[in-house]
Amino acid sequence: MQQLWLIPSLPLMGFLLLVLGHGRCSRSLARLVGVGSVAMAALVTIWVTLDFYSLGATQTYQVELWPWFRAGVFEVSFGLYLDGLALSMLLVITGVGSLIHWYASGYMWQDPDYQRFFAYMNLFVAAMLVLVLADNLVLLFLGWEGVGLCSFLLIGFWHRDPANGYAARKAFVVTRVGDTAFAIGLFLLYRELGTLDLPTIMALAPEMFDLGGNHPTLIAALLLAGALGKSAQLPLHTWLPDAMAGPTPVSALIHAATMVTAGVYLIARNHSIFLQAPNVLLAVAFIGLFTLLVSGFAALNQTDIKRVLAYSTMSQIGYMFFALGVGAWSESIFHLMTHAIFKALLFLTAGSIILALHHEQDIRSMGGLRRQLPIPFWCFVIGSACLVALPPTSGFFSKEAILNASWQLPGYGPWLWAGGVLGAFITAIYTFRLLFLVFFGPQKVQPQEPKGWQFHPPLIILATLSLGAGWFVLPSQGALPPSPSGHPPLWTLVVAIGLPLLGIGIAYQVYVRQQWQGLRIAQWPLLRQFFLRGWGFDGLYQRLFLTPFTTLAQLNRKDIVDQLPARVVQLSLTLHKTFSQLQNGQLRFYITTLACAAIIILASTLVIQVL
Amino acid sequence: MDSQYIDHALVLAGILFCLGLVGVMVRRNLIFIMISIEVMLNASGLAFIAAGSAWGQTEGQIMFLAVMTLGAAEVAVGLGLTLLLFRHYNSVNVDQLNQLRG
Repeated sequence: MQQLWLIPSLPLMGFLLLVLGHGRCSRSLARLVGVGSVAMAALVTIWVTLDFYSLGATQTYQVELWPWFRAGVFEVSFGLYLDGLALSMLLVITGVGSLIHWYASGYMWQDPDYQRFFAYMNLFVAAMLVLVLADNLVLLFLGWEGVGLCSFLLIGFWHRDPANGYAARKAFVVTRVGDTAFAIGLFLLYRELGTLDLPTIMALAPEMFDLGGNHPTLIAALLLAGALGKSAQLPLHTWLPDAMAGPTPVSALIHAATMVTAGVYLIARNHSIFLQAPNVLLAVAFIGLFTLLVSGFAALNQTDIKRVLAYSTMSQIGYMFFALGVGAWSESIFHLMTHAIFKALLFLTAGSIILALHHEQDIRSMGGLRRQLPIPFWCFVIGSACLVALPPTSGFFSKEAILNASWQLPGYGPWLWAGGVLGAFITAIYTFRLLFLVFFGPQKVQPQEPKGWQFHPPLIILATLSLGAGWFVLPSQGALPPSPSGHPPLWTLVVAIGLPLLGIGIAYQVYVRQQWQGLRIAQWPLLRQFFLRGWGFDGLYQRLFLTPFTTLAQLNRKDIVDQLPARVVQLSLTLHKTFSQLQNGQLRFYITTLACAAIIILASTLVIQVL
Repeated sequence: MDSQYIDHALVLAGILFCLGLVGVMVRRNLIFIMISIEVMLNASGLAFIAAGSAWGQTEGQIMFLAVMTLGAAEVAVGLGLTLLLFRHYNSVNVDQLNQLRG
């Protein structure tokens, strides 16, 4: 356990090396530092995991590295806290992260800013590790903002295209809305509990807060808002599809596997607060459900391969929120892990396809790539099977566990279950639509497959993990409240397996055999536009927030508040101009004025004395 | 000197000072300006002497020595500058020497 501090430090050192050596550092050295630091962090994580299990898997470990700052009685330290939940996240971040770094070292090889890319990626991994290892919410917030910054930097990595910069700003500003709520939540939490130390909060919250009281509800709602922004859930989800402007490994690492799941981690980490606010927990479940349905429908007819995956990411994170809301805490983290693996696999495979087609991302100009790209094809099939939750892939185990738990929620249970199953059905349709359009049908272009040790091994490892991860038992069980136990009736399992299969069948009929064309959404132009624009949320926000704001800004062009200082400036300028006229260089004028002034001063002194 | 004559001495010093001041204000020639300054300095010196003698103290005469030294130094520097200005501009008219305005 003593090596714990190494895990976030290694990527941070990698970042510092790459930044300080910028311009002097060769590509192969940048690759060694960038990939090596994360891979070493992964090795240390494995070491820590072995330690964790050898000491019995339920204990926690806390170490204070050094004090950060203190203000009055409020003290914050750089402290690390390791329990089963943090360890699960560590395994995902360093494991999937190092595979993605490995792949990126080949994917980005031609890019002129290779060193900068790895510097940002390492900084991201370091910030993400600080986020999950922090022992207090202030340090967690530091990591939280750090990953937001890296997300901004990497979405806008190809900054010469203004559209990428716009996407980066959009992601930054939209998540900032949630982050502000999160910060206010922290202030409130400090006022109520007097501490932001995570273990203390876990112990204090059940005692200090009444079940369903105002304070826990408000604090949980504010924390939830932060989580919604970071995890791209309704209504703060609009940034994620645009975030696909970044390089594909970035989409895989930040916008699928790790950063966007930080919201899930935040809620799971503060479960003791959320458990005291059952209304908010129910809202979490419904927000998850709505997000997974809305983004599932939006994914149905996207034309950009990465946007389909982005919407499916939103929908899968919707499942995680759904699981948190119904009290299936460890199932949610389990789905987080399996999703991180198979979504990273899908994104990296998509990256291989995009590279093979010379940066073509439109699925309408793909097709029939099955024979030319066999390894990406099989990897994509495995990833899709996991996403659709076909038994016995890892996605099946995690999604079934979530649906089972949702059935058992008293009250809304069966309704939530039905929504989740409908989501699974839509997932099957859009996933296999993508698969069929890209790999089946007539071949439209001749691909050039990227080959080499940087491309295939990470894909194959991820594919193996996607198939096998369902049998892992995560160490998070001990750190989270127990999930509902018990079994729903057998027919629910049959439906939950049968509906995705039906979805695949429909996708096959429509997109491979070209029958049942009436089911194609493209048949209804209005609906097609509506879904293509992601239910028109962007337009709605444009009218609701952006247009009024820019109008106000236009009206206030002269800035009313600035008028008073501006007048002062104007007055002093006028006086300056007047007095500078007096400085005319005429010696006799100076002397005369001097004498006159002296006379006036003397005379006035005399007059005052006389009076 | 008797103390009742101090009024006369101070009036004389005042008249001399004003003459010098008017000279500084109206003359254009740099050399005449310096002569006028010298008159003003000596007027103040006269006032010091008169006051010192009226109160029977030596500080007045010491002060006049200081004023005289100051005047000598001023004339030395001033004449040097005037010489340079004349070489440069071929004129000692202060109204033409106004290039130093801000």
